[in-house]
Amino acid sequence: MLVPLSENRAISTPEDVVAVRQAVRQRAVDLGFNLVDQTKIVTAASELARNTLQYGGGGTLRIDEVLHGSRRGIRLVFEDNGPGIANIELAMKDGYTTGNGLGLGLSGAKRLSSEFFIESRPGEGTRVTIVRWR
Amino acid sequence: MERIPILKMGEYLLVTIQVDMHDRLAMTLQDDLTSKIVSARAKGVLIDISALEMVDSFIGRMFGDIAAMSRVLDAETVVVGMRPAVAITLVELGLSLSGVRTALNIERGMDLLRGLIESRGDGAGSAE
Repeated sequence: MLVPLSENRAISTPEDVVAVRQAVRQRAVDLGFNLVDQTKIVTAASELARNTLQYGGGGTLRIDEVLHGSRRGIRLVFEDNGPGIANIELAMKDGYTTGNGLGLGLSGAKRLSSEFFIESRPGEGTRVTIVRWR
Repeated sequence: MERIPILKMGEYLLVTIQVDMHDRLAMTLQDDLTSKIVSARAKGVLIDISALEMVDSFIGRMFGDIAAMSRVLDAETVVVGMRPAVAITLVELGLSLSGVRTALNIERGMDLLRGLIESRGDGAGSAE
């Protein structure tokens, strides 16, 4: 897999979450995503950026353009050094939350993505990777 | 402090969201709107989201909370102008916005609000 373009962003304030949406939107437009697909990846990014901020205590996002054969896509990697997730299976369930949200962040972001990976170690942090192919 | 303006038109409040809201701004709008329903004795709230390019679970929940709070305060809320791509994404995200009344545009939203207020049968909104 070839990775032509990469960009790193910090997520440490609610304004950064807005900046993440705008950066992901711009990248999706540049790659020729249609409006519905742009909206899906931006919404998934918003959910995950908020999780990084609220549950991870802040972190980073890396935006990559990815190529696989003739397919182009966007890969987003959200990383934090927060408390981690003790039970990933439970965290992925619709409606489950340890905060005061709706519990749709992880499960919803997964539904809005073509590929979804989550790794977490209690006490070390969490990394969520999503890909949306055009 | 950054704020979303709330316009008063008779017994209605009108909000047009034209910026990409961060979470604190959304919470401020919710608080402002709740206070304004009381101070303006509003019977209806119309929220125009035709400029919004995205509604995630936080913003979706805010609409639900505003609708619930306005109902407790004897007012109705209608959200209008949702873009088709936003609607498709919301449903896939898992949000149904149950409890939030929606209309295609401002005109239909106002008709819906008037109807809702009149059908309460307490004479509110039927002054004309």
